[in-house]
Amino acid sequence: MAGVAVSTTINGDAVEYLCQPDETLLEVLRDRLGLTGAKEGCGTGDCGACSVIVDGRLVCSCLVLGAEAEGRKVETIEGMAHGDQLHPLQQKFLEHAALQCGICTPGFLIAAKDLLAKNPSPTEEEIRFGLAGNLCRCTGYDKIVRAVQDAANVMKGA
Amino acid sequence: MNFDPRFSGRQFASVGTRPIRPDGVDKVTGRARYGADFNMAGQLVGRVLRSPHAHAVIKKIDTSKAEKLAGVKAVITAKDLPDLTDGDAAMYDILDNCMARKKALYDGHAVAAVAAIDARIARQALKLIEVEYEVLPHVTDVDEAAHHHAPLINDQVFTEGLEEKPAKPSNVTKRTQFGHGDVHAGFAKADFIVERSYKTEQTHQGYIEPHACVASVNPDGTADLWVCTQGHFVYRQHCAQLLGMEASKLRVTSSEIGGGFGGKTHVWAEPVALALSRKAGRPVKLVMTRDEVFRASGPTSATSIDVKIGARKDGTITAAEATLRYSCGPYAGSWAEIGAMTAFACYKLENVKTVGYEVLVNRPKTAAYRAPSAPMAAFAVESAVDELAHELGMDAVDFRIKNAAQEGTRASYGPVYGPIGIGPTLEAVKHHPHMKAPLKANQGRGMACGFWFNFGGQTCTDLNIGMDGSVSLAVGTVDVGGSRASLSLVAAEELGIDYSHVKAIVADTSSLGYNDMTDGSRGTFSSSMATISAARNAIKILRERAAQMWDIPVEDVTWEKGHAVAKGEKYGNLSPLSLKDIAAKSGTTGGPIAGHSELVADGAGVSFATHICDVEVDPETGSTRVIRYTVVQDAGKAVHPTYVEGQYQGGAAQGIGWALNEEYIYGKDGRLQNAGFLDYRIPVCSDLPMIDTQILEIPNPNHPYGVRGVGETSIVPPLAAIANAVSNAVGVRMTHIPMSPPRILAALDAEREG
Amino acid sequence: MVEVTLWGSLSAVAGGKARHDIEAKDIRELFRKLAEQYPGIEPWIDRGIAVAIDGTIYRDTWSKELPKDAEIFLLPRLAGG
Repeated sequence: MAGVAVSTTINGDAVEYLCQPDETLLEVLRDRLGLTGAKEGCGTGDCGACSVIVDGRLVCSCLVLGAEAEGRKVETIEGMAHGDQLHPLQQKFLEHAALQCGICTPGFLIAAKDLLAKNPSPTEEEIRFGLAGNLCRCTGYDKIVRAVQDAANVMKGA
Repeated sequence: MNFDPRFSGRQFASVGTRPIRPDGVDKVTGRARYGADFNMAGQLVGRVLRSPHAHAVIKKIDTSKAEKLAGVKAVITAKDLPDLTDGDAAMYDILDNCMARKKALYDGHAVAAVAAIDARIARQALKLIEVEYEVLPHVTDVDEAAHHHAPLINDQVFTEGLEEKPAKPSNVTKRTQFGHGDVHAGFAKADFIVERSYKTEQTHQGYIEPHACVASVNPDGTADLWVCTQGHFVYRQHCAQLLGMEASKLRVTSSEIGGGFGGKTHVWAEPVALALSRKAGRPVKLVMTRDEVFRASGPTSATSIDVKIGARKDGTITAAEATLRYSCGPYAGSWAEIGAMTAFACYKLENVKTVGYEVLVNRPKTAAYRAPSAPMAAFAVESAVDELAHELGMDAVDFRIKNAAQEGTRASYGPVYGPIGIGPTLEAVKHHPHMKAPLKANQGRGMACGFWFNFGGQTCTDLNIGMDGSVSLAVGTVDVGGSRASLSLVAAEELGIDYSHVKAIVADTSSLGYNDMTDGSRGTFSSSMATISAARNAIKILRERAAQMWDIPVEDVTWEKGHAVAKGEKYGNLSPLSLKDIAAKSGTTGGPIAGHSELVADGAGVSFATHICDVEVDPETGSTRVIRYTVVQDAGKAVHPTYVEGQYQGGAAQGIGWALNEEYIYGKDGRLQNAGFLDYRIPVCSDLPMIDTQILEIPNPNHPYGVRGVGETSIVPPLAAIANAVSNAVGVRMTHIPMSPPRILAALDAEREG
Repeated sequence: MVEVTLWGSLSAVAGGKARHDIEAKDIRELFRKLAEQYPGIEPWIDRGIAVAIDGTIYRDTWSKELPKDAEIFLLPRLAGG
């Protein structure tokens, strides 16, 4: 099969790659570009571990084709911190121990970032429904919700 | 080595604080490398062909077409994994589970595998492998499988543990019995008796990271394996044995692990990846899909349990009896045995008897799942205990307090307890504000207790002190939920330095002595014991070096708060030397300073928890919501309390999923119907409330800091606590887990129809 | 002399008897004497047995001493999650 040439922007950088027409954006990120922060937990859009933001929209990168990234802006976990300055969500996840094994963490951080961008002052219920597309098997979500609440407060004050 | 593991009741400086974990930044930036995040030059993609049949003889496998496909570098079947297990039945089962030899024993059983230059070609190659099956009758239900007329899964299995050797083979591999006293006499003294049967369905550990590894076998016979596992030393032994290698020539590096919960305690695809790499002469990466994870890894037992408990009017239990049937998948296991040991462990019983039956079924090989076998037994027993309390007209908590085991009680599984926490957790629950909070219509409150053994085991650590005085701690127990933070705290505590100067890593199998895997809640218990021992050995050397620097006898040097102190009036002018001072001079006082430890961590304290749960049941739909949840558990000593809370919350959440929704659903054809997260739905954020925790600290006398394991016990009470809450909400006793909406509606309908 | 109780499956290979009085100073001697009396126990010992000594559960470290008149329970070595 002939590859598809794609020009896109990932975490602010111009990126070009060739991919197969049936290759997912997740496969491109992980296997072609070495961006392994997005994880494959299911490959069917059920777990959210592969969450990325495409043109301001939260998506499961396992359900997006690599070819669809043409001309778009993709944000992944690798671009969340600014230099050596962690994003407030990253910092609060650490402080609240909102991760145990950590495999779901990149997806949760991306989903939480998207949530707070759209709703800077979410209620607990809004956080819980906003993050319902991301599975965590370790924490019971308690500390994740608290970390997002705390980060929201910090970000509002900033 | 004279290591004294006894509890000393010291004051803590570091232990009990809540610093940020050392591996945290990697995990929030996406840099942490899990099983599938590692790659090697020239790596191939491995894929596994799996049986679509629940039970079938493999008549013939033709791989010739697949081998001819361009880009395919190796195709293997069971022939490429010859039996080297030398009569080790458990290893033979693991081998057969990795690659079916004569029969496919469940839907999803591996029958062949390929390695190709990319995933697409590997998938195409699988379709070109022709397998001729002779489909056999199958059985997936635990009760049906135990019947004498059920299809036989293995005609070489004759039930063990019977007084007379059975004449016919059976799917029941073993009968076990525990208890003491005379239950018949005990029931004769009872004024009230509750007797019921319960069922629980099979669940999966549900770790978010599928099994993944990269295997690289070199032409000289050495090999590397990068893998997500709970025990890389165990994986090394398994793989070396199954592939006929010397263990020391196989270096296994454990990646970050994206959840295991018992599901990553023995090998699945790793020997297959190594065999593919050996045949292809190139590294092979093998990652399971989610569908494969459900169909061919995990799960826990499905169970069928009968319980009978009798009590006098005053609330004293006079006798307790349980018969427990646990599914093992198609291979012998000891799952009912553990259920039989744990079932009544919370109680002081004069007369108790439990009998376990291990049952083969055409389902995936049962694997440990967090306090394996205990949650189901606790569901049955704690449901019956609650029902008996109601019949007696006693408060459910008071009834349990009256009968709770305590120090000196003979456990239902045999030994006599030392200091234990069941009584204190019950007292804490009795006085918890949660118990007094008002409930609304359709809401109910339940509570239940749980027990788990906790393990110790073989453990080895290295503690190296750098010239700048910072400390590298190498441990061999895989960090499944923050143990590197806990162990760094322990090293800092024992050495008397700040946590920030310690960095813990998980060493690979070639860098450290053998360690048992992280299971049985042993990670922090065992490795902290070995870390304390290693630190004490390092302190001995630090004292010697300080003595050299001062030119005084080592006997006059003590170690206090991170400093060598010269004892005696004649040394009045010697100011203490810090660890940093001593490390800086190590090059001239004898070289590197290190402490090593190898030990068998014994005396892991048993652990108890009591949970409280409020639910709201929608009588129209049968849907149940958990609206409030409280965990009270004994930690012995919480080394890093935030991660202890995390273990309590995580176990409770898994228990909630199990209680209300999760189950393996098999069709009549013996195929798994819900092998994905959409249809096997684990709790999501919006399903759960905050989960409150209360940590009790009843020191374990067999650990210097009093630590007990904390990881598993929290999954034991939820099934029963929620069942009791649902029963209290709707007035119908629920006896089948999960209590999914259809089961609750059916129970309500049955109640209405009388 | 120590009093040893075998769990269900193990007593089945020890003549159906659960309780045994044995003169043994450590776990090695205990195992040796049990195996001499009941050869069927040997494969179980090889597979690994947990030894509860006066209520505390130990693994099968041979040199572990058995206090005089100790109460010993032999239990299956378990799997954990």
